[in-house]
Amino acid sequence: MPKAVGQVRPGTGSASSRRSRRRSPRQRGVASAAALLVAAGTLAACGSDSGGASTLTWYINPDSGGQAEIASRCTEAADGAYTIQTAQLPRESSQQREQLIRRLAAEDNSIDLISLDPPYIPEFAEANFLAPVPDDVAERVTEGVVQSAIDGSTWNDELVAVPFWANTQLLWYKQSVAEAAGLDMEQPVTWEQLVEAAEAQDTQIAAQGIRAEALTVWLNALVESAGGSIIEETADDPEDIELGLESDAAVRAAEVMRSVSTVGGPAFSTAGEDANVTDFEEGDAAFMLNWPFVWGRALSAVEAGTLEASVPEDYGWTQYPRVNEDEESRPPYGGINLVVGAYSQNVDAAYEAAECIVSEENQAYYFVTNGNPASKASVYDDPEVLEVFPQAPVIRESLENAAPRPQTVYYSEVSGALQREYHPASSLDPGSTGEQASELISAVLRGEQLL
Amino acid sequence: MTQTTMPPVDKTSPVSAPHGKISDRARSERRLGWLLAGPAFVVMLAVTAYPILQAVYESLFSYRLTDPDNRSFTGLTNYWVILTDSLWWQSIWVTVLITVVTVAVELVLGFALAMVMAKALSSIRPVVRAAILIPYAVITVVSAFAWQFAFDINTGFVNSWFAWLPGVSADTDWFGDWGTSLLVICLAEIWKTTPFISLLLLAGLAQVPEVLQEAAQVDGATWWQRLWRVTIPNMKAAIMVALLFRSLDAFRVFDSIFIMTAGANGTESVSFLAYRQTIARLEIGLGSAVSVLLFIVVVMIAMAFIKGFKVDLSSARGE
Repeated sequence: MPKAVGQVRPGTGSASSRRSRRRSPRQRGVASAAALLVAAGTLAACGSDSGGASTLTWYINPDSGGQAEIASRCTEAADGAYTIQTAQLPRESSQQREQLIRRLAAEDNSIDLISLDPPYIPEFAEANFLAPVPDDVAERVTEGVVQSAIDGSTWNDELVAVPFWANTQLLWYKQSVAEAAGLDMEQPVTWEQLVEAAEAQDTQIAAQGIRAEALTVWLNALVESAGGSIIEETADDPEDIELGLESDAAVRAAEVMRSVSTVGGPAFSTAGEDANVTDFEEGDAAFMLNWPFVWGRALSAVEAGTLEASVPEDYGWTQYPRVNEDEESRPPYGGINLVVGAYSQNVDAAYEAAECIVSEENQAYYFVTNGNPASKASVYDDPEVLEVFPQAPVIRESLENAAPRPQTVYYSEVSGALQREYHPASSLDPGSTGEQASELISAVLRGEQLL
Repeated sequence: MTQTTMPPVDKTSPVSAPHGKISDRARSERRLGWLLAGPAFVVMLAVTAYPILQAVYESLFSYRLTDPDNRSFTGLTNYWVILTDSLWWQSIWVTVLITVVTVAVELVLGFALAMVMAKALSSIRPVVRAAILIPYAVITVVSAFAWQFAFDINTGFVNSWFAWLPGVSADTDWFGDWGTSLLVICLAEIWKTTPFISLLLLAGLAQVPEVLQEAAQVDGATWWQRLWRVTIPNMKAAIMVALLFRSLDAFRVFDSIFIMTAGANGTESVSFLAYRQTIARLEIGLGSAVSVLLFIVVVMIAMAFIKGFKVDLSSARGE
């Protein structure tokens, strides 16, 4: 099953991450032998241009095997110039960050390529953990790429990551229920209309009310859709960061969250993306905000015989709902971008590999097989992609409008504080929650409060 | 009838030993003792004392892992920040609550299981012991996942099996409230660590002299009287050691909370707070200060047990 990034469930898969981190003695032997070979090759190559073949380690987020396949394709295409081996990170993006940042702080030179969740890119960039992107590479990898993916790879007006795949949330709905509720899904819908329809049809809206990264994703999309921003002015000094949580837009966002929680089902405060899909598939919820992986998941469930074929046939999809009727929505932006570790000994080869990984062909392959949407716009016209993902044009449009989460070095703190104040959504007080969250974030950034 | 324990036996001291002066033999024995214990002592210093001292040192700084250049000495500020924060006191309260509830329940259950293990027919005794010990062999994270899946509103079976209980229905979201989350966390902890307590108590049970039981029986004491007047007083040391070990353990509860709620609904424990400051926020200084405070609390609990209840750790070994 393809996984959406930004998806955070408490502690999934820590065992597998531990397993992947531990290497067997043989592997270690191979690694050190490879290191010796590389060293020997480098020494022997003194004075000549032909360096030894380098082995690149690509730290990947768990997926359905797509990145491993792309790694072997690129290894083959490199024709001996480099070999890419993959190493799997924990399942949740926050834990991926924790592991990577500690290793990079210890100047780990075995980290060549990383699949990194965009909100953490500023933190890594500011800490000088990323090798600078060469100008010519930057030019090539941004050509024909959707704007939100370029924004998500940029820090301080400089491209610091290579856009790989770009994710966004759509509004998924059951066509039969939307019809019964009299909703015209051809037109943009608002959250208010959805809540009314859910109440009238006695159904639920599946959204991410869990205290996790997914809650920040939702809140940010709502604030941005209402015309505001969680961080209005970012700054190097945490004390100078200007927050927009007391703005009218943030108040509107909190109002929407609270009203959705009334039709969010009994487990709204613990529902993440996976629980949402289950509710949607089982018919408890007729509306759902979620990443495109839900389509691939439904299709494979039908194939496996665990889901009636009629269920996905009833699926409808459209743009993320609006907060204000006359203002276009700003859907969440997620995905994965590639960065090169600053302590890598093969920076040039790593960027060469990164360019291969994000090629149009590989992005199309990744989209079709793993359900992870491409960052290159042209992939969305690929007939093969369109055949498997009829929602590709909607995803592409959504990506053009998508708003990244607040870009700041202190993202982890900001997100953690937001989760603490905006959870559970049912107990929000739109008038005061924003103020409390602002105070908490400021105090945490000044180092005056625990989180 | 009063409590019956065996009369204390005076430890005899060798008559011939000269007082005041250490003989050559004693000196060489002492040296041998150091030689034997030395390596372990060095290892303990390296793996325990060094990290503790490092944490104490780091806790005096404002230090962010990703920003080592701006590290600055701030004295006791971190401690002040923590001790004036309501989140700290809330997590202390949650931790104490989990500790008291789980240890109390585990003591009663563990004692019952120890009696079962002690009295089981010798033919089935190995099977009974193995069955009781299995939960203790399960890794805490795995047990936390198992309990989470069982109580989960989508994947769990608890809601459908126990729908006949008042307050439980198909829509009960166990991890959505403070009380129900803590209930499941405590259940998981109790299930997991009761075997540990019952093992320690089993060792204590074995020390109760059979002669006293027989004497009480001859005197016409009922089973209940023998339990309270003979068995329990004779294994007080074992009970206290079991309580002490489990309390120290329970106070550091982390895995179940991390897996089940990730600290939502005010279920953060003190260890969880240390994790979040150090690992998630990367504030090494603040996180170290939380860890040091946690360490101090654990030491205080140990002191309270040893001084307050006069637990003699060596007596549990029957010396």
